[in-house]
Amino acid sequence: MFFSEADIHTLLLSIKLATVVTLILLILGTPIAWWLSQTRSRFKGVVSSIVALPLVLPPTVLGFYLLLAMGPHGLLGQLTQWLGLGTLPFTFEGLVVASVFYSMPFVVQPIQNAIEGLGQRPVEVAASLGASPLDTFFTVVLPLAKPGFITAGILGFAHTIGEFGVILMIGGNIPEETRVISIQIYDHVESMNYAEAHKLAATMVVFSFAVLLTLYTLTRQTHNKTQIHAP
Amino acid sequence: MNPTATDNLQACFKLDRPGFSLDVDITLPNRGVTAIFGHSGSGKTSLLRCIAGFEKAAYGHLTFEGQTWQNGKTFVPTHRRPLAYVFQEASLFNHLTARKNLTYAQRRAGHDGPVVGLDDIIDLLGIRKLLEQYPSQLSGGERQRIAIARALMNRPRLLLMDEPLAALDQARKQEILPYIETLKREMHLPILYVTHAPEEVARLADTLVAMEKGRVVALGGLTETLAALDFPIRLGEESGVVIPAVIAEHDPQWQLIRVNFDGGSLWLRDNQTTIGDFVRIRVLARDISLALDGNHASSITNTLPATIDEIGQDEHPGLALVKLKVGSTFFVARVTRRSLHHLKLSVGETTWMQIKSVALVQ
Repeated sequence: MFFSEADIHTLLLSIKLATVVTLILLILGTPIAWWLSQTRSRFKGVVSSIVALPLVLPPTVLGFYLLLAMGPHGLLGQLTQWLGLGTLPFTFEGLVVASVFYSMPFVVQPIQNAIEGLGQRPVEVAASLGASPLDTFFTVVLPLAKPGFITAGILGFAHTIGEFGVILMIGGNIPEETRVISIQIYDHVESMNYAEAHKLAATMVVFSFAVLLTLYTLTRQTHNKTQIHAP
Repeated sequence: MNPTATDNLQACFKLDRPGFSLDVDITLPNRGVTAIFGHSGSGKTSLLRCIAGFEKAAYGHLTFEGQTWQNGKTFVPTHRRPLAYVFQEASLFNHLTARKNLTYAQRRAGHDGPVVGLDDIIDLLGIRKLLEQYPSQLSGGERQRIAIARALMNRPRLLLMDEPLAALDQARKQEILPYIETLKREMHLPILYVTHAPEEVARLADTLVAMEKGRVVALGGLTETLAALDFPIRLGEESGVVIPAVIAEHDPQWQLIRVNFDGGSLWLRDNQTTIGDFVRIRVLARDISLALDGNHASSITNTLPATIDEIGQDEHPGLALVKLKVGSTFFVARVTRRSLHHLKLSVGETTWMQIKSVALVQ
């Protein structure tokens, strides 16, 4: 199967987007997951709900509000303008920000579940041996919850690759800037170009299957208790 | 017990949880083993967790050797307290070998606890052959020995042990108890030992804290506390005294040893002891019967004259607990009220104790 140059660009753009978003989410989502797993704060429910919101919201709704927020009169938009970055909609950076929100639950929840699955015991043991919370995180929680982090990374990546609605709302369809695979497939279908659509769509099916297969194989091998919320 | 604030542990906690409250105010010695004893739900583990800093009591005041660990807004987090904690069940890090579990603790060791060498600890707990194994490859007893070794490698100034033997079967308990006795003897480390097993109290404790419903109901030296007829926790068949003694004589012909205690001596089975060894013996209340004279031929080896010091209630209305004094040592006997009546025994009279069984517990 070979792709047109335009298709290759959209593929590369999708992979670049998913990679950047996954990395940001692992860095950003881990402290959130850690906090959610440890806290007894009454705000836990609120934060959990906000994180999980993209699971239930139509992507168009999320995209619409992100568009407003990142626009010239939105809160995010004013911040980025004040920083001299212009506004984010219709840019790659805009896609990254939107995707971070959109894929957040797919990264936070597996990590949180993995950490909660460990229970308080390893954390208490480490504290009793003189390990600070940060030390405990890196030397005990991270290695013990590793399967959860792997799951989170894979799910975050796969979910970002497949996103459509949010991107359409805030990114439009700019070649090499915001035109990702799912948009390209949509375009091919719109222009009755089914053969081209098939190539990309079939690629997505094979990719998604491979991701899930890897995930379930890994999960079984490591005997971890992490729950997987399949997208 | 030294009453000065600089060399002991003072703990005062008020903790409210649904269906349970903890309310204690105690001063504990900073040497030897202090057993925190009670039935399940008595709050003994909660007390230990408050001392460790795992639980934050709504009201708490805690000082150790003059250092404040909790007071008002001051709360020293667990990792800054010079303590180590041995949990009831396996608590080893599963991703590390036994050796790496030990070095994890060693690298984070406080610098003011007793200096211990890795090799000494390995020999003390007999774990040399286990070091390269992962926790999943070890038995429950082996894991608990590694966990105790790991706690010691941390060079704590206070060792907290939360029912370290409760999750093990009887054979494993007997395997580990001698190691804890050795560690008590060889390391000058105060130990708070939570347990619900009278046998462990008898073998290990120097000081006894008895707890019931979140309150401390008795606190004192082991021997005096157990000999008190109003000891508040019902021990049933396990009621009895623990007496310090010293090995005085071997009788190789009959495989017996004589131990001297303050006020007399007793014969018991030889257990490969050395003359001059300090031991403790345990005599259960159910194993002592009373007689008016000591001359009846009987299979009972140990017959001692004693003065009745006090007569108290037992759980069953037909039974009485009798506190007896030999020299300056107290024994407690459980007899029926009818026997007391027939023998016309009352406080101040001299009687003969026939002791059916004496156990060497340490």
